[in-house]
Amino acid sequence: MTDQLQQLINGLALGSIYALIALGYTMVYGVLRFINFAHGDVFMLGAFAGYFLAEPVAKVIPPQSYLGGIVVLMLAMLICALLGVVIEFLAYRPLRKRPKLTVLITAIGVSLFIEYTCQHKKVFGASPRVFPELIPNTTWELGGLVIGSAQVIVLVTTILLMIALTFIVQRTKIGTAMRAVAFNPQAAALMGVNVNHVISFTFGLGSALAAAAGILFAMNYASIDPLMGVQTGLKAFVAAVLGGIGNLPGAALGGLLLGVVETFAGGMKGISNYRDAIAFGILILILMFRPSGLLGKQQTEKV
Amino acid sequence: MKLARLIYANSLFCLLAALLVGCGQGTGGGSGAGGGTGSSSSGSNSGGEIKVGEFASLTGKEATFGISSHEGTLLAVEEINAAGGILGKQVKLITEDTQSKPGESATVVNKLIARDSVIAVLGEVASSRSMEAAPICQKNKIPMISPSSTNPKVTESGDYVFRVCFIDPFQGTVMANFATSTLKAKKVAIFTDAKSDYSKGLAKFFKEKYLANGGTISSELDYNGGDKDFKAQLTTIRGGSPDAVFVPGYYTDVALICIQAKQLGLNVPLLGGDGWESEKLTEIGKDSVEGHYFSTHYHPEVGTEISKKFLENYKKRFNGKIPDALAANGYDSMLMLADGIKRAGGTDSAKLRDALAATKDLTLVTGVITINQQRDADKSAVILQIKNGGYKFLESIKP
Amino acid sequence: MIPGAKRWLVIAVILIAIISAFSKQFNSYYLSIAIDVGINIILAVSLNLIMGHTGQFSLGHAGFMAVGSYTAASFTIACTKHVPESAAPFLLLGGLILGGLLAALCGLAVGVPTLRLRGDYLAIVTLGFGEIIRVVFQNMEAVGAASGLSGIPNHTNFFWAWSTAAIAAYAIAALVNSTYGRGFIAVHDDEIAASAMGINPTRYKVTAFVVGAFFAGVAGALYAHHKQTINPTGFDFMKSFEIVVMVILGGMGRTVGVIIAAILLTILPEMLRAVADYRMIIYSLLIIIIMMARPQGLFTLRSNKGANT
Repeated sequence: MTDQLQQLINGLALGSIYALIALGYTMVYGVLRFINFAHGDVFMLGAFAGYFLAEPVAKVIPPQSYLGGIVVLMLAMLICALLGVVIEFLAYRPLRKRPKLTVLITAIGVSLFIEYTCQHKKVFGASPRVFPELIPNTTWELGGLVIGSAQVIVLVTTILLMIALTFIVQRTKIGTAMRAVAFNPQAAALMGVNVNHVISFTFGLGSALAAAAGILFAMNYASIDPLMGVQTGLKAFVAAVLGGIGNLPGAALGGLLLGVVETFAGGMKGISNYRDAIAFGILILILMFRPSGLLGKQQTEKV
Repeated sequence: MKLARLIYANSLFCLLAALLVGCGQGTGGGSGAGGGTGSSSSGSNSGGEIKVGEFASLTGKEATFGISSHEGTLLAVEEINAAGGILGKQVKLITEDTQSKPGESATVVNKLIARDSVIAVLGEVASSRSMEAAPICQKNKIPMISPSSTNPKVTESGDYVFRVCFIDPFQGTVMANFATSTLKAKKVAIFTDAKSDYSKGLAKFFKEKYLANGGTISSELDYNGGDKDFKAQLTTIRGGSPDAVFVPGYYTDVALICIQAKQLGLNVPLLGGDGWESEKLTEIGKDSVEGHYFSTHYHPEVGTEISKKFLENYKKRFNGKIPDALAANGYDSMLMLADGIKRAGGTDSAKLRDALAATKDLTLVTGVITINQQRDADKSAVILQIKNGGYKFLESIKP
Repeated sequence: MIPGAKRWLVIAVILIAIISAFSKQFNSYYLSIAIDVGINIILAVSLNLIMGHTGQFSLGHAGFMAVGSYTAASFTIACTKHVPESAAPFLLLGGLILGGLLAALCGLAVGVPTLRLRGDYLAIVTLGFGEIIRVVFQNMEAVGAASGLSGIPNHTNFFWAWSTAAIAAYAIAALVNSTYGRGFIAVHDDEIAASAMGINPTRYKVTAFVVGAFFAGVAGALYAHHKQTINPTGFDFMKSFEIVVMVILGGMGRTVGVIIAAILLTILPEMLRAVADYRMIIYSLLIIIIMMARPQGLFTLRSNKGANT
């Protein structure tokens, strides 16, 4: 029984990381209707930004303090937001009017470019690095159940960011513009919405989320490497689709669900080697009954 | 109409292919010029140099292992050349990247042999990729030495395929005996990397021996190399309350497994193989890896003259980086080849093969090796314990 | 036009036969790349039927390839002992057909349940199927599990790879251009209008998956007998991506373009070996640049079909 509860905690902790990355995927998709395959790599760059920022920040603010951690997080988010805007401007904007699959290939190209560049020995190199302890890491024990402070932080951050995002999208002016662009870009432009600004903003916001996820991930798992975003990014993408891509609470739900499923499958004797197959199998089953994901709107055919 | 055009194109690409294939007949001209460090000279090994091919995973998922191995080999070549080469000839190392991808090794080794006309091929850390290259080397009668592929099947491809490392059955047996006799563990859990043949192979031989020794397996679980979260499996392992856990994996994953095992309160010794050996293990794992055991090729500190020299030179050459087991094996593969060439008195492939097969009591960084009937290296393994961020030598086991 | 087209096919096959007759004299490196190219053409052309012609975004092609690979390899390994050496080509042929059929069966298994899905949802489900197939092979002791299957006889040669490629390209083009086959394009262009015209989109989608998977399986079988060792990690989603890139770069639904893209994308990384360390960086940059310069596909000669976006 304790073990089952422990697995639930493990699953929620893992799932909240997926959810955090999935939020970025889903938001960009919601506005642009295209899968930004480079999202997982921005996630990795965010972690590396945190790695390089930790030292200079520690000179100003004493290391291993919450304030220092937040400063590093904010700076990394800012850097990645800029990066996201630049990527969108250079790689995706010229293809805006093209079929989405064309942009998808560019996204795969960007993703490979970031991975191979970062693996180069003159950039980060291929071997893993130790991520500094930004905030003091403690573990709580409750009657055999073990919860790490980093796990709690991730879960709390995911929920806070989801609320903040929902607020931005639903209540602010730029959020209204985002929804307008998502609904119909031409009409939005005619109504005086600067579509380019809105898309840049969306990419910036999505990339900042990826950076936050990257740092929280690195805090949780101690080591970072240039390919850390590949597998995790793919899982987050699955989570986003599972929840109904384009839907913010859906992404969070999809992430948590995937995390829990993976954890229970992975912890079961005899089938742990089929973990990924089981996770995908459940995804397929769900999509067969709800073809637009758990919380996605059933779209009527456009004629 | 369109169909006709299509079929026209069909024959067009046949021509294209013919062109492509035809390039090979030229003097190495055509597409792309030379690889890695190579130039496009088409001659054999006449011009006072010995061309040695190397294939390694320099990019992709297993880049960190491939690069280590490559650096070891590179260092060996540089040292040999600085000392005047082999039989008065300089060694030229032509390295090709396999991107950690199945399918690439075959292509790359074909290139090294057919285009660069290398006299021998060194390579791959991963057994699956060595197994892909081995039949090609065998077919072309080019000796191949694998630095770190421990799967027994690698050298079964033919009499031109060798290795400088020990094989999985030996290492698995060593650790199984260690678990039963030294640790007195009655119940062991096994935690393997489902994606890695190295991990699976080692676990298989460990399990066989351990069960034969009268032990029981509490649980067997898998992860996928590159995973970051192992808590699910570790929680289940904890539930079986084993006396020790055998984790034959690579240090990148093992460090995280150690950390998470400690967080979950799984305070039993973890055991592993040579894939553990890297400074990164203690760097990432910090105090979580303390007290765990693993088997490997040599002990860097109480090593022989040659291994001390290797440690020093490697650090000097690669900005203070401490060599791991893979780097040492990479270095050794080149030394073994150099020794073979010297004894063969040249690079004639049949003579070189015979010389390599006759390698006996050769002192290398990772120990004294003898090539046995199966063209595997007979050498001893050492068992180390991680203590105070360093390694404590426990025992040395002869094959 | 069909007889004329068939004539071209015959000429193509004869040409291939002539080249293969002399293939022993060619440099084995170039020969092995030429075989890789042939195999990739089959993969790209077969995915093009699913993606390009029928408009079903599939990310699971490597899975079908894996099924064909493993089936054919197990078949030839099991049979090699019992037949004389001279029967090797028949063994390979048997392996190709068997591998293709089993892959087609998987295509059916993927095609039917996913009919309701479209776009990205379909993509993720096919990706999921591909990964499930990989995981299954990874755990199957009978085919070597994680260490993969080795010791596969080296039966694939230039002739086999390229004549199969020519046949695959011809068969798929003939299928699409037949009266029946116009339905694929109709489904691609507008599913609702197509069904209003009495075309059954479901049947076309499933057909596309089955035929596409069949040829992917055949390609996989050739691959296994070319590389002699196969490993589950070789059939992961990155492999599927590679094929998708070929199809999109070639201009979806344009067979000639897709074939040329397959050739180019196979040779390009080999040509880039000269730049060593920077090879894959330049490769990925080139993909981005090509996509910018020719968003409609690299070698779109003229629009193959009316609708173009």
